[in-house]
Amino acid sequence: MVPTGWYLALSAVLFAIGTVGVLVRRNVIVIFMAIELMLNAVNLTFVALARQLGTVDGQVVVFFTMTVAASEAAVGLAIILAVFRNRATVNADELASLRW
Amino acid sequence: MGPLTFAALAAGLVASALTVVLHPNPVKSALALVVTLFLLAVVFVFLEAHMIAALQVIVYAGAIMVLFLFVIMLLNLQDDAAETRGSDRIALRAGAWLGGGVLAGELVTLFLRLPLAAPSAAPEGYGGAAVVARSLFTDYLLPFELTSILLLIAVVGAVVLAQRREA
Amino acid sequence: MWADAGIAAATSLVVLLLVLSLCFVLLWVERKGSALIQDRIGANRANIFGGILPFNLGIVNTMIADPIKMFTKEDVVPADADKLLHFLGPFLAVFPVLVIFAVVPFGDVLVIGGHSVDLQAAHLDVGILYVLAMSGLAVYGIVLGGWASNSRWALLGAIRGSAQMISYEIAMGLALIGTVMTFGTLDLQAIARAQGAHLWGVVPAWGVLYQPLGFLIFLIAGIAESKRVPFDIPEGESELTCGFFTEYSGSKQACFMLSDFAEIVVVSGLVTTLFFGAWQVPFLARDGWHFPGGLTLAMPHLAIVALQVASFILKVLLFCCLQILVRWSLPRYRYDQLMDLGWKRLLPLALVNVLVTGIVIVLAG
Repeated sequence: MVPTGWYLALSAVLFAIGTVGVLVRRNVIVIFMAIELMLNAVNLTFVALARQLGTVDGQVVVFFTMTVAASEAAVGLAIILAVFRNRATVNADELASLRW
Repeated sequence: MGPLTFAALAAGLVASALTVVLHPNPVKSALALVVTLFLLAVVFVFLEAHMIAALQVIVYAGAIMVLFLFVIMLLNLQDDAAETRGSDRIALRAGAWLGGGVLAGELVTLFLRLPLAAPSAAPEGYGGAAVVARSLFTDYLLPFELTSILLLIAVVGAVVLAQRREA
Repeated sequence: MWADAGIAAATSLVVLLLVLSLCFVLLWVERKGSALIQDRIGANRANIFGGILPFNLGIVNTMIADPIKMFTKEDVVPADADKLLHFLGPFLAVFPVLVIFAVVPFGDVLVIGGHSVDLQAAHLDVGILYVLAMSGLAVYGIVLGGWASNSRWALLGAIRGSAQMISYEIAMGLALIGTVMTFGTLDLQAIARAQGAHLWGVVPAWGVLYQPLGFLIFLIAGIAESKRVPFDIPEGESELTCGFFTEYSGSKQACFMLSDFAEIVVVSGLVTTLFFGAWQVPFLARDGWHFPGGLTLAMPHLAIVALQVASFILKVLLFCCLQILVRWSLPRYRYDQLMDLGWKRLLPLALVNVLVTGIVIVLAG
């Protein structure tokens, strides 16, 4: 039986990798995937702590997180499609017209 | 699960997560993310969250990632060009990796030092559909109904946003 | 612990061999069955011993010659194709389909030497969710197969195929909700055992009596998932050459063919388990026959197990033959008709099924 702290540490590493992905990559879709990675790392934290406490509340929160992530993915990808249709690029550096 | 299994799963997870973040080809990144999500479902099974593990594969690896792959293939994205453009880019990348490393190091040290007792044996039916569903439909009924409205809004929004504007 | 591991390995091996041997048999049934329906002879040229025998064993063609041909052909990869994805496509097409059978029970318990073995490769509490999860993963084989081939027919077949599969996955899942509500469990072995009861002492309480609409929707959605005619737009043999596996040859194409036949077996297996009593033989319980009227006949345990496993295989074969019959009788759906059927007809019907099942369950107590 592995101590719960190890699961939390693993989730922290995944979260950090996701953060680096958001900051380093320029492709909007890969940034989106890194965000999904961060969400999943947090899901792992919830499930591990739910197991630690012996309740299912953590798992219910994971259920809601998955649903919200699904709707967010659908809308986000639709936005990316619309942007690509107008600008023909998915590079975050070139989608900077709102910057001063 | 034993330390050996955990080490293997952790190595696989970190490797595929790094592939998601580092690989220039978006299709390979998406596939690496599918592998990550699947391995996470395996970890959930070891944490006795069977229904959440199945939902992870059904919703995340089976639907959301298919959507990602669809969009990548629709846009016919090629490999990302080498992102070495200008000194500010290198500074940003170095800073990001350093910051990520510090964040990971801090959190890992913190979590490994947490005085958590060993979890007791799970109650009967823990993690099964019945127990989670009971909690979902009694304690968390309001968020559940709100989530259904959220999904409706997301469906309508996605259809509207992705429509072709007739010129 | 080693005994448990050995039992698990043995049941998994038995299930795998069952599926693969049924696939081989189906290859032959498809060839000769389609020949029968189309009033021709079918493949009959392959012969063993160089024609010494005065007759021609038709089975030799398909069960021996066909696999040998497929595995010894040259493996051609298109010039600009992505090598890794081209390699992964067939694997991702076969793997999810084969592992669904891990939760399908092919018999009741088998008691040998004091050990009680549950005849099911993986005993999961969330069996039906596992089935839905694995059939969701089957889309990746199609998507990667088409994308990695770097050819327009393949891409067209892949896009249509994946859209079709994710549409009918929804109808399939919703059709199963009625079954879950009726039996109150997600465990397939428990559902199989619950169908051993008899209504009014005579009629076996099979799932199809409780969920006729669910059965129809699940069967149609299952045939659509496996991309068989009348839903074979992704393969579209007369339009798209071979659709998403145009650019595959040799053992990779054999993998796609295997996934096709394995999916027939899997759909039949699931329909049998959920709607037709799985391994249940009417009036046969664990200790012998219990006929209505009071007559009971005891039978040795091994004979009962053999009878139940045989009944399971027979039912699965029946539904496989039904799917093959459907394939060679019906014309192909047009793509918009196919989407129309999936979203505008099967989905509302499945929801109505859930509603009516709920009402009946509440009224009947």
